[in-house]
Amino acid sequence: MSQPQIEIQLIAAVVAAACALPGTFLVLRHMAMMSDAISHTVLLGIVLAFFVVGELGHPLLMLGAAVVGLLTVSLVELLNKTRLVKEDAAIGLVFPALFSLAIILISVYARNVHLDQHTVFQGDLAFAPFERAIVMGIDWGPRTFVVMSVILLLNLLLIVLFYKELKLATFDTGLAAALGFSPALIHYGLMGMVSVTAVGAFDAVGSILVIALMIVPPATAYLLTNRLPYLLALSVLVGAVGGVSGYWVARALDTNIGGAMVMMLGVLFGLAFLFSPQRGLVARARQQQQQKWRFAETMLTIHLLNHEGQPEYAEECRVDHLIYHLRWPPEFATKVVQRAVRNALVVRQNGHLLLTDAGRVWANTAVIN
Amino acid sequence: MRDRIMDYGLRFTVYGQQYIMDLATLLHDLLFDYTLRTVALGTAVIGIVSGALGTFAVLRKQSLLGDAISHAALPGVVIAFLLTRSRAPLGLLIGALIAGWLATIVILVIIRYSHLKEDTALGIALSVFFGVGIVLLTFTQRLADARQAGLDRFLFGQAAALLQSDVILMAVVGALALTTLGLFWKEFKLISFDPDYAASLGLPVRALEVALTTQLVIAVVIGLQAVGVILMSAMVVAPAAAARQWTNRLWVMALTAAFFGAISGVTGAIVSSTRPGLSTGPVIVLIISLIAFGSILFAPNRGLVWGWVRHQRNRRQLRADAVLHDLYVLGWQHGNPQHPHAVEVLRAMNANQGGVEHTLKVLARQGLTEYSGNGEWALTAVGVQTARLLAPEINDESRPTDNESALAVYGASNEPTSN
Repeated sequence: MSQPQIEIQLIAAVVAAACALPGTFLVLRHMAMMSDAISHTVLLGIVLAFFVVGELGHPLLMLGAAVVGLLTVSLVELLNKTRLVKEDAAIGLVFPALFSLAIILISVYARNVHLDQHTVFQGDLAFAPFERAIVMGIDWGPRTFVVMSVILLLNLLLIVLFYKELKLATFDTGLAAALGFSPALIHYGLMGMVSVTAVGAFDAVGSILVIALMIVPPATAYLLTNRLPYLLALSVLVGAVGGVSGYWVARALDTNIGGAMVMMLGVLFGLAFLFSPQRGLVARARQQQQQKWRFAETMLTIHLLNHEGQPEYAEECRVDHLIYHLRWPPEFATKVVQRAVRNALVVRQNGHLLLTDAGRVWANTAVIN
Repeated sequence: MRDRIMDYGLRFTVYGQQYIMDLATLLHDLLFDYTLRTVALGTAVIGIVSGALGTFAVLRKQSLLGDAISHAALPGVVIAFLLTRSRAPLGLLIGALIAGWLATIVILVIIRYSHLKEDTALGIALSVFFGVGIVLLTFTQRLADARQAGLDRFLFGQAAALLQSDVILMAVVGALALTTLGLFWKEFKLISFDPDYAASLGLPVRALEVALTTQLVIAVVIGLQAVGVILMSAMVVAPAAAARQWTNRLWVMALTAAFFGAISGVTGAIVSSTRPGLSTGPVIVLIISLIAFGSILFAPNRGLVWGWVRHQRNRRQLRADAVLHDLYVLGWQHGNPQHPHAVEVLRAMNANQGGVEHTLKVLARQGLTEYSGNGEWALTAVGVQTARLLAPEINDESRPTDNESALAVYGASNEPTSN
């Protein structure tokens, strides 16, 4: 691998990891679509700040974007509070308005600037290694890489410092407020984090794919674990894997890297959705199947226990009569008996079924429960 | 003659240059200029259809579903192009429809079969479909085929590229959707407001919901060419959200939304035609957003400004009532309803101490109170009539002869006894 190749992969991984951290909290707080709104409207902040400072890549652009990001959030909340529109409509009203303002400003005033619509929407990771961050005469690496590393560390630092507060405010807003942590402050802090991260990632993947980097890795991780620390770590890992594998897919297909990253994240999500050990579709289907058999076996033992020592025992507990007494189809009955025998719950004797000790205990436990 | 026409024109300044929009010329162009007429007709159709169909989406809290569908339509458009190798709008429309539908199904499946919530499901479908779309779009751009050049127009829309045949197609599809809406109006209305009741009547709620969602997909898809995948959702949400502020009746809301949509479509098309390179989508969306925010602020009854005015009026009324009530009770304790009392006394009785004097003056202007010198105010005869209604706890028969018994009666009548 050549140096630019390694650098692109590093950038992809860092961008994805930086997005996954605040994204985790967005997913947990059911505010995923806020990232949609913010990632669109930060463009307005960038444009406005650009008019002030006159150059791209100035740190002030980041500030402008963060301010407009927060403005978006507060506008949405303001609209919500009027109760004249519902929350989803409030988001759907605010961000297209600010976003189209940004697009119009770009197409009218900044046509010649490197802020065109394609960069905005697709980003261009392929050329990222050629823009170097040179501070104090030292080449620190590609600019995007340096910026996103700083944002990643900042996000990490904030989450570690305010871990307890974030956790509490996320899972129990009421308690957080009662204990004196201001949920509003934490909320806006988080939104500021989302805005800054969105702007940073913007260069690399474009504004809409940022949403994918924020939402898909945490959603994938959430299918795999329930514990917040694992969730955060796993989100970062999923993001990084998606980033690096996306690069190779883009290389193979000769296509846009950001898009391929998102596609790979989609694939990872799909895999987790299907094959997650506890929550995947396959695992659930298997669980259901097992429950069905377990239930049938339990029914069988209870049936046997019920008639044990009774005069009708000989009649009720013949294998070929189960289909009448338990209303089971013949094949099903045969299979249940086989499984119960294999699990040592019953034994077969002259075409009759007898409970084993274990079977008796099993049935009794089931009845008591 | 020319000057006279100019008098009717609109003068406005855009990016430093003064423009004079000549209404007569504009009208002429709208009617006879092929491009402008086509574009305006096209955007009007989009506005009408998305406005009317968006009404249900907004009421059913599916605004963001429209957003997801419109982003998700991108890969459908590109795949349709790859398959047919043409920009024929019918093919692209069908591609977008299928992709939008698939995205909706993905969202439903995620919500149904995992513990992830709706917002996350929407975000996943929106961004992953869009990512795949970008991959395909870049891939297509590498193919040596000049005709694909217009595909990225679908990002922001370019109404200027609309042909008459496109507009006819949009109008036909839109008319079909609107006819369906009209035919099943009652059913759609019922499942939007009370799905349980609809189910208890034996209506196929599931099928109707699917039909409504399909309508939403159609509303989004027909606007993609002119408004673009990124902003089309606003055309679904904003007209309906604006119309909601003006009425409480569903059919009025749908008509108003269609009207707002059409207005913004036509205006947007005209404005963006004044400058090359100005995409139509953002202009239309900005206009409809202004209409929506304007409606939220100024719509009669529901609007914020009206609410504020009403609130102030109520507060004033309550203050006035309180002062009248106090004056009446005091006068009654003195055995004379028109007995004058010092402002300080009234202030002491009133929670809103600062405003008492002002309120007394306002009441005086209404002829209910009068100033009787020495900082004292009294009720007029009319004021007594009004105030009596405000103090039902005391009546003329129970009028006391001295202050103490008056206080006793007044105190007693405050108890929650039956009257």
